[in-house]
Amino acid sequence: MNGNSYLTRKIHSLLGVIPLGLFLVEHAITNYSAFEDGPEGFNDSVSFLNGLPLVLFLEIFGIFLPLLFHGVYGLYVAYQSNWNNSRFKYGRNWAFTAQRITGVITFIFVIWHVFETRFQVALGNLTHEELGARMHEIFTNPVYIVLYAIGVLSAVFHFANGMWSFLVSWGITVGPRAQRVSAYIWMGVFVIVSALFLLSIVAFTGSDFAESASAVRTWIG
Amino acid sequence: MATETATKTGKMVKFIITRQDSPDAAPYTEEFEVPYRPNMNVISALMEIQRNPVKADGASTTPVCWESNCLEEVCGACSMVINGKPRQACSALVDKLEQPVRVAPMSTFPVVRDLVINRERMFNALKRVKAWIPIDGTYDLGPGPRMAETKRQWAYELSKCMTCGVCLEACPNVNDRSSFIGPAAISQVRLFNAHPTGEMNKAERLETLMDDGGIEGCGNSQNCVRSCPKGIPLTTSIAAINRDTTVQLFKNFLGV
Repeated sequence: MNGNSYLTRKIHSLLGVIPLGLFLVEHAITNYSAFEDGPEGFNDSVSFLNGLPLVLFLEIFGIFLPLLFHGVYGLYVAYQSNWNNSRFKYGRNWAFTAQRITGVITFIFVIWHVFETRFQVALGNLTHEELGARMHEIFTNPVYIVLYAIGVLSAVFHFANGMWSFLVSWGITVGPRAQRVSAYIWMGVFVIVSALFLLSIVAFTGSDFAESASAVRTWIG
Repeated sequence: MATETATKTGKMVKFIITRQDSPDAAPYTEEFEVPYRPNMNVISALMEIQRNPVKADGASTTPVCWESNCLEEVCGACSMVINGKPRQACSALVDKLEQPVRVAPMSTFPVVRDLVINRERMFNALKRVKAWIPIDGTYDLGPGPRMAETKRQWAYELSKCMTCGVCLEACPNVNDRSSFIGPAAISQVRLFNAHPTGEMNKAERLETLMDDGGIEGCGNSQNCVRSCPKGIPLTTSIAAINRDTTVQLFKNFLGV
């Protein structure tokens, strides 16, 4: 890599939290409104987000570019490691390897997911109001439900474990006790945020999202 | 186990040793059977093979090469991979090892021959981070500032590092594709930055770690702290230096 790898790695680490970590949690909460309030609740959340000032600017500089940098540099970081879990069967070493595997899965999943949703909106094939119905369409195939579940669980693990590492890498949790407590907290966050995403998958499979789905069916074919 | 009967009955201990004839040669394994002796360690078994270089199948071979020095786990010279774990051969007691005993070089480092490895990168790392207290000058600098006893106690633990290389062998991020300096040198930066005189060159050591081949390669697998034969709190050292480099980063940004 050109330039200072310390600085590059630090930017990679920081972007994983701000804005990407924040965005992931926001996304989980937005989706959860589909479980809590059904299609209207979800559409309200979507239109609230799209009503934010400078929304395109936020999407490009707050999500897309950080995601691109974090993802591409992250692949390089994963490439740099020699997994040795068969020799060192320690919990943190498993988390180390899982962080890299889930990172790659998340990278692929996010490309697929963005292509199916935001990219189609950008092309004009889909409106924001049809997103819930679009998700319902995708989830009529059980294979996609499984792939989405793997994708979101990978993303949330990568986020939660990444937060643990972030706190170590910036020198916030220094001693073993602080790191242990931090591990428990982020394990809890993993469970909660995963539940939000999985429940929203359940919600999108519901028949109330099917009614508006007919409109979308015309272009999926 | 009744050791005296074992000696009389001619009990043998089987060793499977990974060998390599030259730095560029392909590694291969050879099996040896060594007469059991009470309290024997891996070094004494290697000495026996050196005296009688005959493989388990009866064919003669060249003696196995290894390095050792202090034989009391303070010099770090005899580090090798024993039954999958990097450790010192002198403190690897055969009575406590699963048999057959598998011995291999720490191949994270360049293998010179058989179990002999070149740990030069570790010594270069210590030179890079200036892991010493600079007190030389053209005149008597007088006594340095005193060190608090509480600080000395934890700093002493860090000073037990013998540059044995076990932490680098255990680390998944020390390899040809990564320029990570390794846990040992980072912990030494913490040690010398903790010293009241060494602290005067604190920023210099931190800035070395904030460059290519510095601290950023740590991926928090924490194998190092689990493997260190001296029980050095390596991950605490890394996190503490992470904190110091973060502070240094902001200081450099703001020009203070």
